[in-house]
Amino acid sequence: MTKLKKLYLAKRYVLTEIKEIFDLYDSMEKKNIMLSFKGEMSTDLLTSILQIIENKLDRFGETSKVKKRMFNIMVECLQNLHHHIAQPAKSAGKEVPSVIVMVAKNVTGYSIITGNFVEDREVGDLKNRLEEINSMDKDQVKDLYKSVLAEGKLSEKGGGGLGMIDIARKSGEKLDFGFIPFGEDQSFFSLNVKVK
Amino acid sequence: MDSINIEGTPKTPTVKFDDATDTLIIRGRSIPENSIDFYKPLIDWLDSFSNGSREQLTLNMELEYFNTSSSKCILDVFKKLENISKQGKTISVKWHYEEDDEDMLEAGEDYNAIIDIAFDMVKVEEI
Repeated sequence: MTKLKKLYLAKRYVLTEIKEIFDLYDSMEKKNIMLSFKGEMSTDLLTSILQIIENKLDRFGETSKVKKRMFNIMVECLQNLHHHIAQPAKSAGKEVPSVIVMVAKNVTGYSIITGNFVEDREVGDLKNRLEEINSMDKDQVKDLYKSVLAEGKLSEKGGGGLGMIDIARKSGEKLDFGFIPFGEDQSFFSLNVKVK
Repeated sequence: MDSINIEGTPKTPTVKFDDATDTLIIRGRSIPENSIDFYKPLIDWLDSFSNGSREQLTLNMELEYFNTSSSKCILDVFKKLENISKQGKTISVKWHYEEDDEDMLEAGEDYNAIIDIAFDMVKVEEI
């Protein structure tokens, strides 16, 4: 291959990437994504994301009620990603998996979107818990929260299963979620929490 | 009895005891990732209060947010107070919430339903 052709191919490859960057941006812009992150979750990042969203909500002139709900739900979602997802995979000797976090503004309010890998053997439990929460009305979710809190069982990763219940309670909407099988023994778990 | 005075951070509340007024204050945000570590000194302090000579304690809860990881530790704090109250000491809890923050009011009501101490719900403009 001539030097010129190599250069040409390399350039074309770069050009394709440049186009993709815009496509990614454009797709996010059209969906009103306020913030998007894909990578490894960390304590510092978690703090930064919360700070960014807090500042944005201030700029949008949101009521303190909406700001608090958003903040609360984001804390739970991000801490879930940080603790419940990254650690088991890490201890199993795998690379720390990437997660995705997005916050979008829509007509009625906001969406907090997360995605992460879970072990297939955990999918059944998680799915059952989320379906159980979704089958409940507001008062039932409140009672469930109270009974789990009063039982006082902390799971080994902390939180005691309260996180998702609290997210559902603060959101006041049904949890939108799904699992997509990935590889031999993992699934990609997506969660979309709406905040009004 | 040792005093307790923990400075607040963006993720953890201020925790301090004012011995002139027998008041324990927990104020700010409680969203630490390891709540058990954070609340341990307070739980220990409550144990020493329980064994000490002071006869009364008012807890001012002035939380802006707390995560579910903190919620269990906060319950432990209330359980300690419940036990101290059963020993015959006078315990009161003032649960503060911002006027438009019905979530924080409900959170206080949840604890009040679980714990056998009457809470005063105190509406404030800002925490």
